[in-house]
Amino acid sequence: MDFEFTDEQNMVRDGISRLVREQYDYDTRREVIASEAGWRPELWAQLAELGMLAAPFGEEDGGFGGATEAMIIMEEFGRGLAIEPFIPTVVCAGGFLKHGGSAAQREEYIGGIISGEMVFAFACAEPRGRYDLADLQTTAKKDGGDYVLNGHKAVVIGAPWASHLIVTARTSGDQRDDGGISVFLVAGDADGVSRRDYATVDGRRASEVYFENVKIPADALIGEADNGLPLIEKVVDEATAAVCAEATGAMKVTNEMTLDYSRQRKQFGTPIGSFQVLQHRMADMLMEHEQSVSMMYLATIKLDEESDAERKKAVSAAKVRIGQSSRFIGQAAIQTHGGMGMTDELAVGSYFKRLSIVEGEFGSVDHHLRRHMKLSAA
Amino acid sequence: MNLEFTAEENAFRQEVRDFIANNYPAHLVGKTQDELTREEMLEWHQILGKKGWSVPAWPTEYGGTGWTPTQRYIWSEENARASTIMPLPFGVAMVGPVIYTFGSEEQKAEYLPGIRDGSVWWCQGYSEPGAGSDLASLKTTAVRDGDDYVINGQKTWTTLAQHADWGFFLCRTDPDAPKPQQGISFILVDMDTPGIEVRPIKLIDGGYEVNEVWLTDVRVPAANRIGEENMGWTYAKFLLAHERSGIAGVARSKRGVEKLKEIAAAEMLDGKPLSQDMGFARKISQLEIDLAALEITDLRTLAGEQAGKGPGPESSLLKVKGTEIQQRLTELTLEAVGYYGAPDFRSFPDDGSNDFPIGPDYAHQAAPSYFNMRKTSIYGGSNEIQRNIITKMILGL
Repeated sequence: MDFEFTDEQNMVRDGISRLVREQYDYDTRREVIASEAGWRPELWAQLAELGMLAAPFGEEDGGFGGATEAMIIMEEFGRGLAIEPFIPTVVCAGGFLKHGGSAAQREEYIGGIISGEMVFAFACAEPRGRYDLADLQTTAKKDGGDYVLNGHKAVVIGAPWASHLIVTARTSGDQRDDGGISVFLVAGDADGVSRRDYATVDGRRASEVYFENVKIPADALIGEADNGLPLIEKVVDEATAAVCAEATGAMKVTNEMTLDYSRQRKQFGTPIGSFQVLQHRMADMLMEHEQSVSMMYLATIKLDEESDAERKKAVSAAKVRIGQSSRFIGQAAIQTHGGMGMTDELAVGSYFKRLSIVEGEFGSVDHHLRRHMKLSAA
Repeated sequence: MNLEFTAEENAFRQEVRDFIANNYPAHLVGKTQDELTREEMLEWHQILGKKGWSVPAWPTEYGGTGWTPTQRYIWSEENARASTIMPLPFGVAMVGPVIYTFGSEEQKAEYLPGIRDGSVWWCQGYSEPGAGSDLASLKTTAVRDGDDYVINGQKTWTTLAQHADWGFFLCRTDPDAPKPQQGISFILVDMDTPGIEVRPIKLIDGGYEVNEVWLTDVRVPAANRIGEENMGWTYAKFLLAHERSGIAGVARSKRGVEKLKEIAAAEMLDGKPLSQDMGFARKISQLEIDLAALEITDLRTLAGEQAGKGPGPESSLLKVKGTEIQQRLTELTLEAVGYYGAPDFRSFPDDGSNDFPIGPDYAHQAAPSYFNMRKTSIYGGSNEIQRNIITKMILGL
């Protein structure tokens, strides 16, 4: 048993922590998310330069780490509410490529990710599919050696910034069948791809993405045709663990801000932190965060587990606990800040909003509780 | 023990239901407060003013309808059922009762008609940056100068002050009073007076419903003071008791549950409506059960009022439970809409494209409402303060 990090991992944390601290003050973030681009490509280049985009890849792919490095980076991202598309690009696209990509795909695309030249979005959700990864109405039909893609993907995070998309589609079978699903790599500007872009309530950008007779060459298929679901589940579990780490980092800062505020804000002639009802709430917030850290570790450790069922159970358990803690801490922070917590002026509101949306990302508390129940009953 | 309404009360319900159906402006149907212009927000108030129904709870001599508390309850229930934009509380439920209870005859004649007919918009100048839960520590001063007061200070959380014609302000008139509650006066201020600056505050849902109000050498006739100098706290406390009634929001929450059920029936999970999922159905049932309990508690309070008992500290219970339910409604709505909770509808491209909607319409307000409704456990005396009131006034601790 060991919960220590290696020197190299500590260096990753120090590097990313410094970057977030120096470049992600609240006012800067606010300016960036209000800007036309909505993100900072130059910061992305800086992350590439620091080697951070290589961190979760093995040496064979030009990297130096794995899931623990992704966890560390996302926890620090969460502390600053960084919006750059690390999860869609490095964790999701990177995950599909390293677990399912051909040698040629890995070389071209993982290389592009590590250098910062390629930015990905992961188009999996559909308007009527909720959190079910197999509930797909998007189709990819075989046409000679190629595929033809048609469909509509919902709330694709980071799509306006992406040079490439990873798209899940049905190549055979019926809607909601586990079989018959395939994964494709599609250029963002391919003929027949169109988008409606918008901002999200937690400061990111996303799109509805439409595919109309998009021709995809056979070599854009990642992994096995018709048997993509196990790969998708593995990668989404990795992304879920990463978003859990982001939430845990955000919760930590939310708690710190709340404690600070309770020391500064005076009512009835005394800091409000001296009131027992608020003290107990902050004690609960601390405990929720500690339990989240534990679950973040559990999920990350189990990602490389041989047994799929054990991995899934651990990730779902983490997402349930962290989803619940995110809600509790977000709400408790606003309540403790009173009216000030309701304003756009204070950072705590942005943390609350991110924690609110995290709850549903890659599956809500209910979704993961249900998955955990099914796996436990099996 | 009997929950039935009388035949007369049922007839009354039909009458008001018909009146709403025949008179509520069609162009306001389905709109939320956020989407309305100033004029539209006053429209129903003005229609009710003409009908003589805008201030039901007032004494009949000042334009009240003389309805029983039960009739007033039915009235608000029917308005909630139709999702009407009700008259704002600042005039009708707050300053109006203070004026007819403590004001001079001249003040009654001057201010009450504009509140009744919905021609004058009022705002409330209570909270300050340093005086929230501890309202009595307020610092805005009103210094007597001949026949005027000169007001200096800053108010905050002033709801919809950007539209207001008049405001009622708590100001310190005796800084040397032995207790902070003493030395406060209740003053009516024309919002057009020089020296007033209203700065909207952007909230976390992206809207602007509250404001900072800065007062710099604002000169107001002393005749605008309500009641006696330095007795303002008494009037403010009276007003806060009025603000409590109806705070449970049972009828609005019932309408909210219906909407939530419609959303749950439209959303899909595993190829079936979300409403058929036992996990989600259980949450809706739990909410309905808690709401049923609150409704009966609300009716018990109402029966007490009918029997002549004024709203007491038990209204704190209604506020706490009512706001918890309102908040849970928005939590469940956000859960129900899944991924479509994330898009910010304010940023949607205005390209006239209806072919590709960004999620269902009912999802657009899910996150903003969830964010916005966090305010309910903070405003009107935070829920912590309400529990303090219960502890002190009912438990006697």
